[in-house]
Amino acid sequence: MATLTMGTPQMMRRPLLGWTIHDGLVVARRNLIQTVRIPEMLFFSLVQPVIFVLLFAYVFGGAIPIPGDAGADAYRNYLMPGIFGQTVAFAAAASTVGLAEDMHKGIIDRFRALPMSPPAVLVGRTLADAVRQILVLFVLSITGFIVGWRISNGLLPAIGAYALLLLFAYTVAWIGSWVGLHMPNPETANTAGLAWLFPLTFLSNAFVPISSMPTWLQAFAAYNPVSTVVLASRELFGNPTGIQPDYWPLQHASLYTLISCAVLIAIFATLAVRKYTRTTSR
Amino acid sequence: MRTFGDVRALDGIDLTVERGQVVGLLGPNGAGKTTTVRILSTLLAPTSGRATVAGFDVVKQADEVRRSIGLTGQYAAIDEYLTGRENLRMFGGLYHLSPKYVKERSEELLDWFDLSDAADRPAKTYSGGMRRRLDLAASLVAQPSILFLDEPTTGLDPRSRLGLWDVINNLVAQGTTVLLTTQYLEEADQLAQDIVVIDHGRVIAHGTSEQLKDQIGGDRIEIHVTDSSRIDDAVRAVRSVSTGEPLVEDSRVSAPVTGGSTVLVNAIRALDADGIEVSDLVLRRPTLDDVFMSLTGHAAEDETTAAKPTKGRRGRGSK
Ligand SMILES: Nc1ncnc2c1ncn2[C@@H]1O[C@H](COP(=O)(O)OP(=O)(O)OP(=O)(O)O)[C@@H](O)[C@H]1O
Ligand SMILES: [Mg+2]
Repeated sequence: MATLTMGTPQMMRRPLLGWTIHDGLVVARRNLIQTVRIPEMLFFSLVQPVIFVLLFAYVFGGAIPIPGDAGADAYRNYLMPGIFGQTVAFAAAASTVGLAEDMHKGIIDRFRALPMSPPAVLVGRTLADAVRQILVLFVLSITGFIVGWRISNGLLPAIGAYALLLLFAYTVAWIGSWVGLHMPNPETANTAGLAWLFPLTFLSNAFVPISSMPTWLQAFAAYNPVSTVVLASRELFGNPTGIQPDYWPLQHASLYTLISCAVLIAIFATLAVRKYTRTTSR
Repeated sequence: MRTFGDVRALDGIDLTVERGQVVGLLGPNGAGKTTTVRILSTLLAPTSGRATVAGFDVVKQADEVRRSIGLTGQYAAIDEYLTGRENLRMFGGLYHLSPKYVKERSEELLDWFDLSDAADRPAKTYSGGMRRRLDLAASLVAQPSILFLDEPTTGLDPRSRLGLWDVINNLVAQGTTVLLTTQYLEEADQLAQDIVVIDHGRVIAHGTSEQLKDQIGGDRIEIHVTDSSRIDDAVRAVRSVSTGEPLVEDSRVSAPVTGGSTVLVNAIRALDADGIEVSDLVLRRPTLDDVFMSLTGHAAEDETTAAKPTKGRRGRGSK
């Protein structure tokens, strides 16, 4: 066996923020390669929202009236941003399960023994999980077009809507990461770790107008950022919004979404990074 | 010292490793080998006591420690979906080495570990031995001056094990300091100048393999006679070559010896001279079991006692 001949390597020096970005990109790249290597995972993550589109558009569509809009395609146009919002919210699931698996397999331990920037594993994780949603949104949009959904407010606002949805995906990915770091194993992550996503997405205006809910639920739904990102998307896409009850977040949907994303990222990134640096898997 | 709830995993490990040396940490399941390695590689903080690696405190200067070490854990920790090459490049990037260096180094390691042919296959398709090799290669990307290997050859076939020993000896020849854990005395014997035997989180013996074997009592010769009525003659023949009193059990006679294979030749001569027929004759090297029997009075597999709660003492691991 030959001996190694290369000279001693030089580790490069950079400020911590620079390394966090660099290492975060290395980890994000790794996570995205995984997506390409397991296309089934991406495929099945698309099946559910696509089925939702078809189910709601054709089965329930006629039964759910949209106040203030009586057009034939009203519900389909109302529905699509709701499906977008619900789907990107489930980006959190990938983060939770992905981190639980990485811990279980000992990869996280390996990362923790490297001189890399500690937040980078989570930065890379959340970044990759949000980037993956670009493809998801693309496929869903095509499906929407097929069932009759239209963008009717111009290109620029539509891009704004997609950007808000991606920001929201990135935000929930941080929450999902924090949850994932608490999971004892991937199986638990797959069930208990995702439970919070159901009330979050269904107690919103994603599928039914908030004005049709009982009053005590309206307050929760109005302050739920899922509702505001969905409402903002409806406004930006030029889709029917229904009539909004008198809550500040619903009057300022885009602004409230931006603020709540910023606050949630600040809180959960801090919590998750702290948990990460203290976690041991085996 | 390190406790997990009531379990005292480490209870006073005092250990110093010289630069460029290989130290073997030998112990049965649950002895605290992995816990020791995890503390020294900054993955776990000691409950009390302190440890330094390459002159840096593992808690207060974790980042400096991480820059100097390579770690291969007990279970292969590579990314299954990435190819072998992608794995090495990823870890190289995370060590903050220049992309050019990482590229060259990855090729060199793939070649060195016989993984060039499989370099572009996802690691998921690798055999257990290939994963182990990739795992070790990944910890060598940055040419660490200190290497931690937690049971590096467990689960490998004899050929792969020899290959890995070769790799480790090679690294040591280039000046790498190695702390390796193992359950095999033979392995510690082959690789380490210095062997530390631990059990229940405590050091129970420390020395070169020669010193330890002397402490255990060295090799034993063991014969089975075909005709058990000749057992007394057999004992006399064995006594003529042994260094201690022979033990008799049914048709088997065993006794401690020194002098390696010449003892076997002498024993055969002595038995032959008396016309004693034997069905089996072996020179048995001391096993880990023997070490434990003689050092602790309990067998190596006795894992349940390892988890018993204890209280009181402070410990310290240093390096
Ligand atoms: N995270 C943990 N929580 C609770 N107990 C633990 C934990 N990690 C280790 N232990 C306990 O600490 C003791 C030492 O474990 P350790 O893994 O260091 O042993 P080991 O020598 O590496 O054993 P093996 O040969 O099985 O790998 C054991 O009794 C084990 O049960
Ligand atoms: Mg172990």
